[in-house]
Amino acid sequence: MEFQKKLHEFQQYIDAEEKIEPKDWMPDDYRLHNIRQISQHAHSEVIGMQPEGNWITRAPTLRAKKILLAKIQDEGGHGLYLYSAAETLGISRDEMIEQLHAGKAKYSSVFNYPTLNWADIGAIGWLVDGAAVTNQLSLRRTSFGPYSRAMLRICNEESFHQRQGYEIMLKMVKGTPDQHEMAQDALNRWWWPALMMFGPHDNQSSRTTKGMLWKIKRASNDELRQRFIDKTAPQAEFLGLKIPDPKLCWNEASGHYDTAEINWEEFNKVINGDGPCNRERMEHHKNVHAEGAWVREAAAAYATRKEV
Amino acid sequence: MLQSNSSHGSVWEVFTQKKSGQPYQHVGSLHAFDKEMALDHARDLYTRRDKPSGLWVVPASEIIAVSPGDGAPFFDPSDDKVYRHPTFYEIPEGVTNL
Ligand SMILES: [Fe+2]
Ligand SMILES: [Fe+2]
Ligand SMILES: [Fe+2]
Repeated sequence: MEFQKKLHEFQQYIDAEEKIEPKDWMPDDYRLHNIRQISQHAHSEVIGMQPEGNWITRAPTLRAKKILLAKIQDEGGHGLYLYSAAETLGISRDEMIEQLHAGKAKYSSVFNYPTLNWADIGAIGWLVDGAAVTNQLSLRRTSFGPYSRAMLRICNEESFHQRQGYEIMLKMVKGTPDQHEMAQDALNRWWWPALMMFGPHDNQSSRTTKGMLWKIKRASNDELRQRFIDKTAPQAEFLGLKIPDPKLCWNEASGHYDTAEINWEEFNKVINGDGPCNRERMEHHKNVHAEGAWVREAAAAYATRKEV
Repeated sequence: MLQSNSSHGSVWEVFTQKKSGQPYQHVGSLHAFDKEMALDHARDLYTRRDKPSGLWVVPASEIIAVSPGDGAPFFDPSDDKVYRHPTFYEIPEGVTNL
């Protein structure tokens, strides 16, 4: 059994914390698992530009506008790092975009919620980037080399994203009573979607087992979610805001916060295309992609006519 | 695409990965007539001390380079955006994990 032997060696290599590089032998399942995870991560970065992009022209100050622009530009960059990492596994950029447009590749459900006012920009930086970075810090140790290196780069760049969000929240809670209320309302609407970003419970997630065995994932969904809750709850307290979970309380015995159950019905609805903004997000991506076709065609035509 | 530019073949740039998972780093260049020879020479020339976890050779003619000396303000846009750094934001004492 040549294959079994190779597979065994592959596992030993991974267990020794060695990283897999694109030209190394790998089982097809490992390749597919990575392609799926990395491309969906890339799609999330890119689609994630939309809810925040909604507020660029209405940012309250020039300072705020410059920060928001820089942050959104970073997210676009993160998408590009990740598409490139996935491409080393033999899938093309076009195929990935096609899968996104056909609904075959998903992106994080959190980006299907609307950004109703400026406080939402604060809540996204604080909570959505906070949750994303909790996951990404763990993924720095993922077993696929290019993915791991992209994560290192991304985590470094993310370091200001969460802070700029928290700074907005701080300003809002110190502002007028109306602003304080907007901050609370934004937390109310973004808290649960942020927790859903970590995905289904471990015992509901068929992919977790293999992902963990191959060290593509380095911590389980529930573990990461708990980590996020434990560091975020005190931050909310400092702001004087109330997390919209009546059961949230510190558990001395476990050393973690206890929480209520997530509304999984909502999660399933949104991840399967029926959230408040799914259609809008996808339509926008398709339109912009189609509108940009002439640029790609012109660049390709120009390249054939000159020495590249 | 690859013309040998002398009786010593063409120039290849060499990159090694010191430890598994780390980025590849440029270590130098060499002359060779084809890719197999380039790999052999790279091994003999640049990996005599420590065994790297990876080795790349790239035809030097395929590398497109820019350096600050090239005049145009190529890298300028990154100079003045202090708000891309976390230290730009004041986080009050008592707030942790941000
Ligand atoms: Fe992000
Ligand atoms: Fe990002
Ligand atoms: Fe971010």
